[in-house]
Amino acid sequence: MRVQVQSAPFDLGAETAAFAAAVPGAGAVVTFTGLVRDNSGRLSAMEIEHYPGMTEKAISAIAAEAVTRWSLTDALVIHRHGRLAAGEAIMMVATAAPHRGDAFAAAEFLMDYLKSRAPFWKKEIGADGVEWVAARDEDEVALKRW
Amino acid sequence: MIEVLYFAWVRERIGLPRERVETRAATVADLVAELSAREERYALAFADLAALRVALDQELASFDAPLAGVREVAFFPPMTGG
Repeated sequence: MRVQVQSAPFDLGAETAAFAAAVPGAGAVVTFTGLVRDNSGRLSAMEIEHYPGMTEKAISAIAAEAVTRWSLTDALVIHRHGRLAAGEAIMMVATAAPHRGDAFAAAEFLMDYLKSRAPFWKKEIGADGVEWVAARDEDEVALKRW
Repeated sequence: MIEVLYFAWVRERIGLPRERVETRAATVADLVAELSAREERYALAFADLAALRVALDQELASFDAPLAGVREVAFFPPMTGG
């Protein structure tokens, strides 16, 4: 299991290939990548703040739970912070399991939990001003299915 | 002494990222009341507790949690990771 919190960009292809090459016994690898979305066409950047120390701990706890619950062969979480441009990759998760059902479910679980339980805060910097992204009620509801 | 940290708009409203606070507050709610009584900017930041989250020593907690033995308290809005 690897958890990485960083400001630098990551290479999605290289990370996925390296992950898939090091999961003996796994028959399935699922990856998810989150991108900076520009809803209005007027976003100039997204600023992601985090809580150093707690971030790594919270993500590691969530990833460890996913590994146990779905008997994963391995899991990877990379999450960026700092200033990102529209279209840039914010984060990725990868899960490996003997069968795809567990790999898919664990990846969804990881995403639902990272969304509202990992201490990151997004701020949109646009042509029309600066705004903190509000948490959505649906994200909290999504946790209940687990 | 407790280290108090603020993130996102809570940090912006209060105007600083962290500070050391001398307090005898028994619970998080007591600490919030003490801070809010200090100055308007604190009162504004803590006006709606439903819009805030708190972590004690980097673990999510509730506002009625005791502060005994806690070294670090962080206040922030609901998280928006992923």
